[in-house]
Amino acid sequence: MSFEDAEKAKGYWNENLKLVIKLLAIWAFVSFGCGVLLVDILNQFSFMGFKLGFWFAQQGSIYVFLILIFVYVKKSNTLDKKYGVDE
Amino acid sequence: MDVQTLTYIVVGVTFAMYIGIAIKTRAGSTKEFYVAGGGVPPILNGMATAADWMSAASFISLAGIVSFVGYDGSVYIMGWTGGYVLLALLMVPYLRKFGKFTVPDFIGDRYYSQSARTVAVVCAIFISFTYIAGQMRGVGVVFSRFLEVEVDTGVYIGMCVVFFYAVLGGMKGITYTQVAQYCVMIFAFMVPAVFLSIMMTGHIFPQLGFGAELLDATGNSSGVYLMDKLDGLSTDLGFSLYTQGSKDMIDVLFITGALMFGTAGLPHVIVRFFTVPRVKDARSSAGWTLLFIAIMYTTIPALASFSRVNMIQSINGPESQGVPHAEAPMWIENWEKTGLIKWEDKNNDGRMFYSNTETNEMNVDRDIIVLATPEMANLPAWVIALMAAGGLAAALSTSAGLLLVISTSVSHDLLKKNLMPNISDKKELMYARMASGAGIIMAGYFGINPPGFVAAVVAIAFGLAASSLFPAITMGIFSTKMNKEGAIAGMLAGLSFTTAYIVYFKFVNPAANMSENWLFGVSPEGIGMLGMVINFAVAIIVCKMTAPTPQAVVDMVESIRFPKGAGEAHDH
Repeated sequence: MSFEDAEKAKGYWNENLKLVIKLLAIWAFVSFGCGVLLVDILNQFSFMGFKLGFWFAQQGSIYVFLILIFVYVKKSNTLDKKYGVDE
Repeated sequence: MDVQTLTYIVVGVTFAMYIGIAIKTRAGSTKEFYVAGGGVPPILNGMATAADWMSAASFISLAGIVSFVGYDGSVYIMGWTGGYVLLALLMVPYLRKFGKFTVPDFIGDRYYSQSARTVAVVCAIFISFTYIAGQMRGVGVVFSRFLEVEVDTGVYIGMCVVFFYAVLGGMKGITYTQVAQYCVMIFAFMVPAVFLSIMMTGHIFPQLGFGAELLDATGNSSGVYLMDKLDGLSTDLGFSLYTQGSKDMIDVLFITGALMFGTAGLPHVIVRFFTVPRVKDARSSAGWTLLFIAIMYTTIPALASFSRVNMIQSINGPESQGVPHAEAPMWIENWEKTGLIKWEDKNNDGRMFYSNTETNEMNVDRDIIVLATPEMANLPAWVIALMAAGGLAAALSTSAGLLLVISTSVSHDLLKKNLMPNISDKKELMYARMASGAGIIMAGYFGINPPGFVAAVVAIAFGLAASSLFPAITMGIFSTKMNKEGAIAGMLAGLSFTTAYIVYFKFVNPAANMSENWLFGVSPEGIGMLGMVINFAVAIIVCKMTAPTPQAVVDMVESIRFPKGAGEAHDH
């Protein structure tokens, strides 16, 4: 066990889960939400020359995916340091 | 110099480069063969994984598909990128900490069961084989179109090149070759797309040109947005609205999901993240991979719409009167020779016309959209040569990655871990090379005698990955309670449901393959997501009724949840 005690291990895992759930909620919202389910509503708005829903489906979702991964990398590295389990 | 000679030179130079890299970086141990010694820097690994991921189909066909179906094509755009978020957040850091060589390694150890390992091996081999058959065909097709050799000869040449560097180099050779292949592929794809974007909208970045106003004949802004033009043309010519498509929302949802979860369950993608030195590298490497994929995947829909407008206007003319065939642009004439564009003058007016009604006189193959872009943008012959090299790079890099999974599954998972546990490292390496040799021969056979169902089986590959491996892996990480009975029952339930559904609609009763007959309106392409839900449900129910996980396994799961002490990928 690399953690000081079981309490710390649990704390680390819970914080990690919270982070992952938050990011996956955004992931599902932009792809399944904005790109598919809400596409007709969003298509009523125009964005940079696109219908907004169509833009999410063919461009925007990919940019958000990228941001999500790099935010996760940064936050999880910080979390590792906080609990002293980084490499 | 003519196009033909240039193409030979460019393709020859790239092939020599791949083989040279393979010789320099060849593998000496099983660890180098399976996971490149675990020492690949995350950015390079990202590039190699992107090349591994983007196949001949991505390079040659995807823009064409999006171009012809508009919004409906978004399932591929989102589906084949969104899976990387799942990989980064749910899988690769933990699997890297686990630190073995293969996906069946994890399933077998986590579920303390040889049967679970066997189910995973069968899935891995099956998924990889369905994929590689299509790749070898792609190699043959590129050769035959650009170099005017027989498709079969093209397949043989492709087999020799892949054999040389995959068998010799293993993961180490493949990884560095794929870095080179990524560069060739992305350069070949971007050059025509950028020029087409400048020509039509004045923007250097296709992603921006996509949303811009079209330029008129004099090079001034015409005040009409590309997307509005496209929607207008679709309506006028009887196609469904470009930005809306024609698929049901539920089906779009399920196909997108099946492709995303399938991506996250594909063995040849997952193993790539075993090759980096540390857990944090595995996380960032997934980000780099998606960045390198995104360069191409955000360009694809842009290129699709540029080409769509360009193609329709070249055929129908600015006033939609039809262009006289005698005045058709060069590229139409060139591709008519290959049979990929056909014109039949139904009303005998000597003019071409393209529409979705009975006035249509054109038959245009979807692959034209990418293959003809250099000519549409009036680019010089060397760009066409580059397209051939790019298509080959895409096909070869994916084949090599798949081949590695097949050989690893045979030599490591089947022989070393199952049938002959006492073989030496050297013997195992020899078997790995033999297995990849046999894999190439089988792939080549399918390339020369393509089964008519390649496109259909790709749906199975993603469906299987989503409905079998993805749930088993994620439950193995995020639940300490999931036991072997639950995991095996879940995998088998997801697997058999998905396979049965696809086989029924694709092979047994293809006539019934329409939305009225589908379960909840979900097509065979999207059923993997439902299979995944079934897998989770069955696993949880069975787990509740059977014996708990042994303490040693619980400890193992807890130890892969934090990075410290990952060390190198190891065997024991």
